[in-house]
Amino acid sequence: MLSRVADSLYWMSRYLERAENTARLLDVTMGLMLDPGGANADERWQRMTAALGRPLGIAWNGSLESRAHKLVFDHLDPSSVTYCINAARENARQVREEISTEQWQRLNRLFHHIHSPNAQTQYATSAGDMLASVVDGIHLFQGVGDSTMIHGQGWQFIRLGRSLERAYATATLLEVYQSELFHAHERESSGYQYLELVGLLRCSTAFEAYCQVYTADLSAERILEFLVLNRDFPHAIRYCVDNIRTAIESIQRAGGRRVPDEIFAGVGKLHAMLGYTTIAEILATDAAAFLHNIREQCLRIHELVYRNYVHYSIQSALAV
Amino acid sequence: MTAGHPVELEPLFGDYPLDQAFDEMRAPGGEVRPHYRALAETLAALPADELRRRKQSVDLAFLTQGITFTVYGREEGTERIFPYDLLPRLVTASEWDSIERGLTQRITALNLFLRDVYSDAKILADRMVPRELVYSCKHYRRQMRGLQVPRNVYIAVVGSDLLRLSTGEFVVLEDNLRVPSGVSYMLTNRRVMKRTFPQLFSSYGVRPIEHYPQVLLATLRSLAPEGRPEPNIVLLTPGVFNSAYFEHTYLARQMGIDLVEGRDLVTHDNIVYMRTTDGLKRVDVIYRRVDDDFSDPLAFRADSALGCAGLFNAYRAGNVTVSNAFGTGLADDKAVYAYVPKMIRYYLDEDPILPNVETFLLSEDKERKHVLANLEKLVVKAVGESGGYGMLIGPQSSARQREDFARQIDANPRNYIAQPTLDFSRAPCLVDDRLEPRHVDLRPYILFGDKVNIVPGGLTRVALEKGSLVVNSSQGGGSKDTWVLE
Repeated sequence: MLSRVADSLYWMSRYLERAENTARLLDVTMGLMLDPGGANADERWQRMTAALGRPLGIAWNGSLESRAHKLVFDHLDPSSVTYCINAARENARQVREEISTEQWQRLNRLFHHIHSPNAQTQYATSAGDMLASVVDGIHLFQGVGDSTMIHGQGWQFIRLGRSLERAYATATLLEVYQSELFHAHERESSGYQYLELVGLLRCSTAFEAYCQVYTADLSAERILEFLVLNRDFPHAIRYCVDNIRTAIESIQRAGGRRVPDEIFAGVGKLHAMLGYTTIAEILATDAAAFLHNIREQCLRIHELVYRNYVHYSIQSALAV
Repeated sequence: MTAGHPVELEPLFGDYPLDQAFDEMRAPGGEVRPHYRALAETLAALPADELRRRKQSVDLAFLTQGITFTVYGREEGTERIFPYDLLPRLVTASEWDSIERGLTQRITALNLFLRDVYSDAKILADRMVPRELVYSCKHYRRQMRGLQVPRNVYIAVVGSDLLRLSTGEFVVLEDNLRVPSGVSYMLTNRRVMKRTFPQLFSSYGVRPIEHYPQVLLATLRSLAPEGRPEPNIVLLTPGVFNSAYFEHTYLARQMGIDLVEGRDLVTHDNIVYMRTTDGLKRVDVIYRRVDDDFSDPLAFRADSALGCAGLFNAYRAGNVTVSNAFGTGLADDKAVYAYVPKMIRYYLDEDPILPNVETFLLSEDKERKHVLANLEKLVVKAVGESGGYGMLIGPQSSARQREDFARQIDANPRNYIAQPTLDFSRAPCLVDDRLEPRHVDLRPYILFGDKVNIVPGGLTRVALEKGSLVVNSSQGGGSKDTWVLE
């Protein structure tokens, strides 16, 4: 597959995952703001933007309405949902021949939807419904992709982009929340504390899944364990890293060119780090540092993917 | 529509005007031509808003499918759906037969001309075509002199524009021998029409065109360099900002080949490679949708970022086939066009089956005088332009525009030709729920590999504005599906 094409598929996928993450975080945060207790609006907004990687330009100004609207619709702001969907579509347009027609139509529909007056009306009536429709659109795109696209290299790059973006986003979210989770009075299960924890899980669509595993008994420790180490839940970091590893192995197998071991080493290291640890161990040392380390390793994997598949030097390629 | 009861056709036409221009659907007396009868009856039997409803559903489908072209110069909404008309244009089997033979003859001669001019130049030595006309053409590429191209095929992909005159006769208006576009609209129109008028389509017995991508692929494969039995064929596009980008992706996908941009290609030791996730992969055949000028900054325009440095040398070394060959624009120069009938007689010793449009060469003193005296009756065109740019339509021009053109002609007569204003044929189009005639041309797509291959039909382009004679999509033209009947 052409390097440029792989690059576009990878970023198309990352941007969509980012749009979904932003839409969901915003939806959950706006929901939490309805309840007066716990943190105030300013803090909540700060926390959410920190979880989004502290984008510029959406600093709190006292008006949830204007801030949230900007975060959804401002097509010039790189952190907005609209910007991410535009960027994803632009990437898809450049590799129109690689993705299936069904995928393209889904994405195109999402794009036209968010730019339509309908979306504005829907947002004005119920922001939650509108954000849910965006998330739905992205889920449909992913589902259609999984069932209509050849699961070859291209699909693996899409999977790689999605998993890497998701692992990074979950790690960022937990890093932001962990100080509050553990510095709040443990076991003080006031109604507000409960809502905060549910909010955290909802940010990763993990509430129901968590309940299936641990029952509705919410504890910071278990939430952290679930979102970092669970191997079966699609938003858990470990699950994502498993996927990253499989994607890279499949890309490698489909290609047949020998790639320096560094990329396997990079992915394998993160994989092992998550596979051979327990939540007790993580908490015994420094959870923040652990999560931060995961983020750094994700960045490193991104670099390695680029160095090996996209921006390699001609000399090295001719020498093989 | 029930059999036995003749459907009342009069209300369908209302004040549909007929004049000296050939109407595709109606004879001069007003009666519907026999092969259009079934279409007219179907239309008359439909409720008035039914066609509009079908059109809307197709519009929506085009938008979600991203079947659009890019309009330059605006930030938002730079993508438009390609304007099309829902009524098919019909061509009878015998009409098509003569078009097909005529185009085959013409393309064969044009290819021989290119081969001749870039090798021995016999036709110039025999004074059939003036030497200075060829060597002053801005699309002449001296780099191509003495270069052996695979199978001697210079023009593998051609789209020629035909008009039908008031006599009912088809003539060739121009040949597009560089990078003709529009074939994706031909294929898309057909898909739409099959869904919009399924019964009508099947009752007409329309010859299929859907195999075009497959024939194109076979054509490209037949031109692969020697010793490359499994050639790697790619389509080279200028990129996503090109107005025909949709077509490039469409064709690449339909053929199952990679769509590459200049930045995906590198050359090393006169071999072209593309950068893939598995390292460099050799490229054997390039179906080029980039103009000569932008193909290789080393051989042509040095400031181009679209092409691939070293491509021309690899081509000259015979390590890669580029189609169409470089320098083919020479033969679709509008002044060289005037000599095509002579070429057909010279190379093939045959009479041209499809005539040319009468053309005045402004480099000839006598003809220039005549043209300058009659500018308001003629169409003046710049020889190297396409897409409806650089054109003066005499009857629709102002005195000032004519003066302007006269000055430009005097400054550089070689750069212009003039033709009579043609009253070419009109076909019924759907305008505000009614039928109205609009001027149409016909662009069949010709493929030339082992042999000449023309899919039956082509793109019928429509001047959607009332009275307009310009059919180019860049100037407000649209298209129709073309049904060649069995």
